[in-house]
Amino acid sequence: MDTLDIKEAAAPRTEKSTTLTGSQALLEGLLFEGVTTIFGYPGGAIMPIYDALYDYHDKLEHILVRHEQGGIHAAQGFARSSGKVGVVFATSGPGATNLITGIADAMIDSTPLVCITGQVFAHLLGTDAFQETDVVNITAPVTKWNYQITDATEIPGVLAKAFHIARTGRPGPVLIDITKNAQIQQFEFTGYEPCNHIRSYRPAPKVRKSYVEQAAKLINEAKKPFVIFGQGVILGEAEKEFTAFIEKAGLPAAWTILGESAIPTDHFLNVGMLGMHGNYAPNVLTNECDVLIAVGMRFDDRVTGRLDKYAKQAKIVHLDIDPAEIDKNVQVTVPVWGDCKETLPMLTALLDQREHKDWLAKFRELEQQEIDEVIAPELNPTGDVMSMGEVIKVLNELTGGEAIIVTDVGQHQMVACRYADFKQSRSNITSGGLGTMGFGLPAAIGAKYGAPDRTVVAICGDGGIQMTIQEFGTIMQFGAEVKTLILNNHFLGMVRQWQQLFNDKRYSFVNITSPDFIKVAEGYGIAGKSIDQRTDLRAALKEMLDHKGAYVLEVMVGKENNVFPMVPQGCSVSEIRLK
Amino acid sequence: MKNQASIKYAPAADSSSASHQKKEFTISVFTENQIGLLSRIAIIFSRRKINVESLNVSPTEIEGISRFTIVIAEVEEVVSKLNRQIEKQVEVLKSYYNVSEDIVWQELAMYKVPTNVISEKAKVERLLREYGAQAVAIRSDYTVFETVGHREETDGLLNALAPYGLIEFVRSARVAIIKDSEGFHAKLKEFEQHEPSQEVIENEYLDKRDEVFTM
Repeated sequence: MDTLDIKEAAAPRTEKSTTLTGSQALLEGLLFEGVTTIFGYPGGAIMPIYDALYDYHDKLEHILVRHEQGGIHAAQGFARSSGKVGVVFATSGPGATNLITGIADAMIDSTPLVCITGQVFAHLLGTDAFQETDVVNITAPVTKWNYQITDATEIPGVLAKAFHIARTGRPGPVLIDITKNAQIQQFEFTGYEPCNHIRSYRPAPKVRKSYVEQAAKLINEAKKPFVIFGQGVILGEAEKEFTAFIEKAGLPAAWTILGESAIPTDHFLNVGMLGMHGNYAPNVLTNECDVLIAVGMRFDDRVTGRLDKYAKQAKIVHLDIDPAEIDKNVQVTVPVWGDCKETLPMLTALLDQREHKDWLAKFRELEQQEIDEVIAPELNPTGDVMSMGEVIKVLNELTGGEAIIVTDVGQHQMVACRYADFKQSRSNITSGGLGTMGFGLPAAIGAKYGAPDRTVVAICGDGGIQMTIQEFGTIMQFGAEVKTLILNNHFLGMVRQWQQLFNDKRYSFVNITSPDFIKVAEGYGIAGKSIDQRTDLRAALKEMLDHKGAYVLEVMVGKENNVFPMVPQGCSVSEIRLK
Repeated sequence: MKNQASIKYAPAADSSSASHQKKEFTISVFTENQIGLLSRIAIIFSRRKINVESLNVSPTEIEGISRFTIVIAEVEEVVSKLNRQIEKQVEVLKSYYNVSEDIVWQELAMYKVPTNVISEKAKVERLLREYGAQAVAIRSDYTVFETVGHREETDGLLNALAPYGLIEFVRSARVAIIKDSEGFHAKLKEFEQHEPSQEVIENEYLDKRDEVFTM
């Protein structure tokens, strides 16, 4: 059948109605919500939806992935690069359980997703039917909301609710499980009404002016104020408001890896990366500032290190949209509960114009120490083997910081986050909270669909790439122009580093062998090259970026290089080691 | 409804404070009547390895609104964090936590005892009177009594009956009324508005900040 005219379909509750199947109503709803791209994999229990999709192929682009985990990571990459809700389809049972890693990843990294899973016929629920899994209960702890539909008439309302919940407040993944009978069932479709209110759900809390005033007073009186920010700035689309805030009061600002790229790398108040492998100055000075202002971040343990020695000298202001984050890990002095898009301008208006030159100089002074001891040797190594850092440095020079960098998880991730340059927001896509190896390649595919005009580079290690390498097949079939940069050190490097530092170099099962990645890529029809000489680096990276189409570049890097600085587990941020 | 204000906020830094001792808290959660929510709420506790001592789900004075009554023994700081995690659930309207002094609460217990023991032993009869037990079923072979009261009371009769051939014992979850609650009607009306008032988006935690904020 032809798809409905959207305006007509959306006309609220007129006498006009159309007979649709549940599957058709679902696709109409997706169109109404502005969905253009779906990542998915068919199977028995979702076949009616795929059958309906056959008629919508000109309006809804469906990317057939090679594994459901690849599908959901792609949806995550799509959401992160575009700011829209990512959509993924999977069948019941194994299809749905293969989504779990990505759902958990999206939950902890606040990524808006709507996951649609097929389910066995309603009359078979609970009978251990073929490919039946209790998906709603399995995903309860890792979804912001989920719901099982057993009757087609519920589909428009539930889908509207799902999008509303996924994208508002603190975003997150939502899952709708639809039994096969509901997908097939015909009903009178009277129109799709978007949801903008659920009585039990308060996505955007009202801001308490008095706390904004108290926060402003603290910041105005501070001698050594320090801002730490996370993805909340990006999710709230508050990059401009945030920049105005730090610029007015001259506030040095450091980022969590999910907050990276919210302000440009070269912004004069950007003092670098927080946390375990972050920069020296922001970690050390966390324990010297007098007022610590946290914006849209959640004091993850990788950021705070040992909590009882974390910023104890400071008054703490915490801006967050999620009330459950206030005081969860760090006891705050003034909580500013609300959407930072709203609270930041209120706060900025009350701030005195300041520069804090001496305080900022202190950051630069410590930064110089880090440059001398860590950064310079990493970016300009004198030995024969290449370092990960120098690869990123040359990549920066060639992309001008304009590319979207998607990373996998491990040493290369830390190096990429530390050294990659960014000029615009939504450019650093990485698995932060969950630390999901295998995230990089599929997320990069999704990121490319979310931002088709931008260069997307997936930076992966030799371990992580092998977890989802099958997604080369998705690139082969659908042509996503993803540049995959494999930094190969022949080790599961991060674990190896820990074993070296903390387990007496007992390298237990971190020595991983890899296939010939370039031959694998070739098998998938993707061009590629492997290099192990510094002299080839620039030309090879340039070839990768200039190549029309996807490309795989493998760079052999030092086998036993370590990522420094490092805050060892159980230590305070100010005990950060430069070597 | 300001009943939650009866719990005084105590900063975590004050380690000598009573808030760092585990005590019994009753959490009252007002929710939509939704399949799956029970499991979502249970997970909040089990994920943190916190034992739920008692859990009751019941209707409320308002059709379609359910009320969870959950009893746990924890330090107040943890309870307050759990409360916010509960409120974070999309289908939870409001959650309160109270210490026992703030609530009127009851549990119901039933005891099955051999009828011949009761009819023969005068002491058992005295016990039943003492604990205010009522017979709810009398058969030739056994009799079922019930008592309603606090844990100590129902436990008291349990212990007292143990030597007399108690066959079976069961106790219900706690149900509790918050002493200074004005019911949920007014609150719900505000939740139904598109732009909830200040009162609805109140945050007990933030309210208490007025008392602890220092410059």
